[in-house]
Amino acid sequence: MSGLILTWSVAIAQILLLAAMAIAAIRVIRGPRAQDRVLAFDALYIASMLLLLTFGIRSGTTMYFEAALVIGLLGFVSTVALAKFLMRGEVIE
Amino acid sequence: MNSETMLMMLIALPFAGACLAALFPPNARNAETWAAALVTLGAVVLSASLFPAVATGTPVRLNIEWLPTLGLSFSLRMDGFAWLFSMLVTCIGFLVVIYSRYYMSPDDAIPRFYAFFLAFMGAMLGIILSGNLILLVVFWELTSIISFMLIGYWYQKADARDGARMSLTITGVGGLGLLAGVLLIGHIVGSYDLDAVLDSGDLIRSHPLYVPAICLVLLGAFTKSAQFPFHFWLPNAMAAPTPVSAFLHSATMVKAGVFLMARLWPVLGGTYEWFWLTGFAGAASLLLGAYFAIFQRDIKGLLAYSTISHLGLITLLLSLGSPLGAVAAIFHMMNHATFKASLFMAAGIIDHESGTRDMQKLGGLFKLMPYTATLAMVASAAMAGVPLLNGFLSKEMFFAEAIETHADSILDTAAPYVAVIASAFAVTYSIRFIHAVFFGERPADLPREPHEPPFLMRLPIQLLVLACLVIGIIPAITVGSFLHIAVVSVLGADTPAYSLAVWHGLTVPLGMSVIALIGGALLYVLLRHYLAHCEEGPPYFRRLKGQRIFERVLVFVSWRFARLVEATLGTRRMQQQLRLLVAVSLVAAAIPFYNSNFGLGLFELGQIDIPFALLWVIGIACAVGAAHQAKFHRLVALILLGGAGVVTCITFVWLSAPDLAVTQLLVEIVTAVLILLGLRWLPKRWEDTELGRAPISTKLRRGRDLLVAAVAGLGMTLLSYAVMTRPSPDTISGFFLRKAYEEGGGRNVVNVILVDFRGFDTFGEITVLGIVALTVFALFRRFRPAPDTIESPEQQRIQAATDEERSDRITGQTVSDYLLVPSVIMQWLFPVIIVFAAYLFLRGHDLPGGGFAAGVAMSAAFILQYLAAGTVWVEDRLRILPVNWIGLGLLIAGCVGIGSWVFGYPFLTSYSQYIDLPVIGEIPAATAILFDLGVFSLVVGATVLMLIVFAHQSIRRLRAAKISTTTIEEVA
Repeated sequence: MSGLILTWSVAIAQILLLAAMAIAAIRVIRGPRAQDRVLAFDALYIASMLLLLTFGIRSGTTMYFEAALVIGLLGFVSTVALAKFLMRGEVIE
Repeated sequence: MNSETMLMMLIALPFAGACLAALFPPNARNAETWAAALVTLGAVVLSASLFPAVATGTPVRLNIEWLPTLGLSFSLRMDGFAWLFSMLVTCIGFLVVIYSRYYMSPDDAIPRFYAFFLAFMGAMLGIILSGNLILLVVFWELTSIISFMLIGYWYQKADARDGARMSLTITGVGGLGLLAGVLLIGHIVGSYDLDAVLDSGDLIRSHPLYVPAICLVLLGAFTKSAQFPFHFWLPNAMAAPTPVSAFLHSATMVKAGVFLMARLWPVLGGTYEWFWLTGFAGAASLLLGAYFAIFQRDIKGLLAYSTISHLGLITLLLSLGSPLGAVAAIFHMMNHATFKASLFMAAGIIDHESGTRDMQKLGGLFKLMPYTATLAMVASAAMAGVPLLNGFLSKEMFFAEAIETHADSILDTAAPYVAVIASAFAVTYSIRFIHAVFFGERPADLPREPHEPPFLMRLPIQLLVLACLVIGIIPAITVGSFLHIAVVSVLGADTPAYSLAVWHGLTVPLGMSVIALIGGALLYVLLRHYLAHCEEGPPYFRRLKGQRIFERVLVFVSWRFARLVEATLGTRRMQQQLRLLVAVSLVAAAIPFYNSNFGLGLFELGQIDIPFALLWVIGIACAVGAAHQAKFHRLVALILLGGAGVVTCITFVWLSAPDLAVTQLLVEIVTAVLILLGLRWLPKRWEDTELGRAPISTKLRRGRDLLVAAVAGLGMTLLSYAVMTRPSPDTISGFFLRKAYEEGGGRNVVNVILVDFRGFDTFGEITVLGIVALTVFALFRRFRPAPDTIESPEQQRIQAATDEERSDRITGQTVSDYLLVPSVIMQWLFPVIIVFAAYLFLRGHDLPGGGFAAGVAMSAAFILQYLAAGTVWVEDRLRILPVNWIGLGLLIAGCVGIGSWVFGYPFLTSYSQYIDLPVIGEIPAATAILFDLGVFSLVVGATVLMLIVFAHQSIRRLRAAKISTTTIEEVA
């Protein structure tokens, strides 16, 4: 029973996370401002990190958490770089 | 010491000596000479002591596998012919080394001279002793390259540079021809082994590829031996120091061509095609060389043309297809080397002592240097073919062959006349040399006061001239047996009966000799006054200069033709290049589609996984968006690219490749930052707002490009779809999956493949990565940004202005306030990320991770510090030396690879073991992990180096690129 609940909840979570990714992607594509795109891009990263976690839960191994850890630890680097670029016109000064 | 070892040492000794000689200090003239003399003397002793083994009749052989799968082996083979030649090369080499001690001035770079000289001797011995045709070509090319260095030894002189370049171009082209010819022979015979080739003469001669093969081989031989029409490089190569000429242009370099012809004569010779090709080239070189030699003013020029003529004689003898001709050819190769080497050295002495080689300026030197003069006279007499000297013997043999009929044709009928006329010319130029230099009036205005050279400088000539005399008087006793084993090793069972006697009775050849001697002497008497004042070069042919034609051709090929091709076919526009590339690959891919019918494989399209499909919709949307925005909105395109990248990474996870996903994610992140860094320096671009009113041609062009791109993309899709719906053939991946743990000691198959099974590939790849990083570094040192990016960005100017304007703010406050909290977090993350990188690295052998991923993660840590606090702040506190990281990485990886040699395994064999550490527990300790450490270090170094050079652009004072206004408009 609990297995069934898990399966269903993971499936629903995945669909919802993908929907979140899709919405974020739409914002990235449409903009209108660069700041909107950067924020949406960060959201896309977070959603994909969670998607990876659900994927690990579904397959029952911890092997996939590695990738989620990479996003969690370093995913913000590109966001910061983009933010810096928008604010100052260059990334490292 | 057995004979195989001696054979190996004979090749290795000169090269080892060359390396040693290069290390001496520049002024150690005597020590250099001692070392070089010992090396060459060692080579003489080695070849001499191989005689008993060779004299048994079976060649001495040494075979070391090199690339066995390609039929290549490092095989050395010494038979009688090779023995004779190696004696010739080593003995004359030894004598020239002694001579050079006195010839070269203390100001010359002596180590360079001896190093190249010995290396050349090694390469020449390599040609002689190669038992494999490909190996022979390798040594052949080596002689071309080293002779370039030797001819251009005085590189400060323009004529030396030109002569060196010309000889390299001509002999290099010939070497390529030879390589192609050898490949053809190998194709016909099925082996490159010299013995196998020598055994299949009939097969080669009857093969349809025979004619192309001999044309190509002869191209190599003719260019090397300076045969007509490739003869003109040799006189220009006389800009070399005289010892080099004495060695290269008498006994070695130019002899390589005729050596090869004689070597392959039993298999290639004897046909009508061979006769015409070699006969024509030989006869033309013989006659023209002798004719041109008469009219040279430079002594060395005279000797160079005489060399062309004598080599022509040898070629002509080899063209005849008669065994007696081959005997005469081999004998003449020997004789020519002895007298020509001594003559070159004599010319060097004259030049050295009097300061000029111009025969119109010289004269009357006999009284000042009687010994040298006598020696030179004897050697020239041998060159002219005077009886009782060695040149006479082989010339008699040549005459005897010339009057025989071999292949009924004009060439054959003309042969006796050509022979007599050329010999008469030889007599003329020999007399001219002697008379003009040593007799007549002594000129008053010589650059130096001539006198006899030191004894040791004369000694090599004395020995060689003695050899000319002894061979000339008692040939059978002195060289008879040596010549015989050489002849037998070339001709085998066809060895004819020949006699080396001086006196054969009153024969036709003797009559021809007498005619040539008298005719030549008469010709000189007639020409004497003309020659004393004439201008350089022979009459009638003066205007027709091979050199000039060569230069015209070079200018045409390398300049005009290249420019023409560039102007008509080339473009500097990226769009056109891409269009061409895509179009060509489209056509190339479409042909097999069309010919063998496109069809899908057997696999049914499975049920669509809805979440996966949704994921891909997102990815595709991002990718298409990125392509759409790439031209005018680079930042947007970059963000969209990031979106597509993350979707790719999730796909990897979805399809069970977590290690790939980890690596790809790290690469995505670091690449995004690196591209952002570069974005700052790209020239700005504005979208043409009046897109609707773009000219019709622009619209058409864009439409066509879109069409091409769409078709290419569709084709790629169809192609991959067709491939993926087929069962994969039994690939190597199964092997890797099975063997990864038991042989590589790791469970992460990808990592084991990278650092163990394919370790050598990885080694190459990281080397390339290091080179790329250094190239980026080097390019950025001279970086000139586009003029519109040279100022600091607009945002910074506005913020700085605001800071200035407002009284409650200090300058630079905006930037220091900006991202304050994230900055602190980023700084604190530094150790965390390092731990994460260490974690990725250590578990890489069994689980996702590895040196590459760890290296990228580590460089992300550095990037964060630069982002958080700026270049100046970081570099005040942290000394990162990325170039050292790169070097260390390569060193570690290389040492681990070499380490396995110590234990007797091939390069990069890994050893694996688990060790139990307290607290940490059991960790894998394969040597591959050390290799991985090298990878890690290099990746960190390379990435950080690129990052730093980018970052430094912002704090440098930059100069704008010089772009003319028209170019800017064009770009915009």
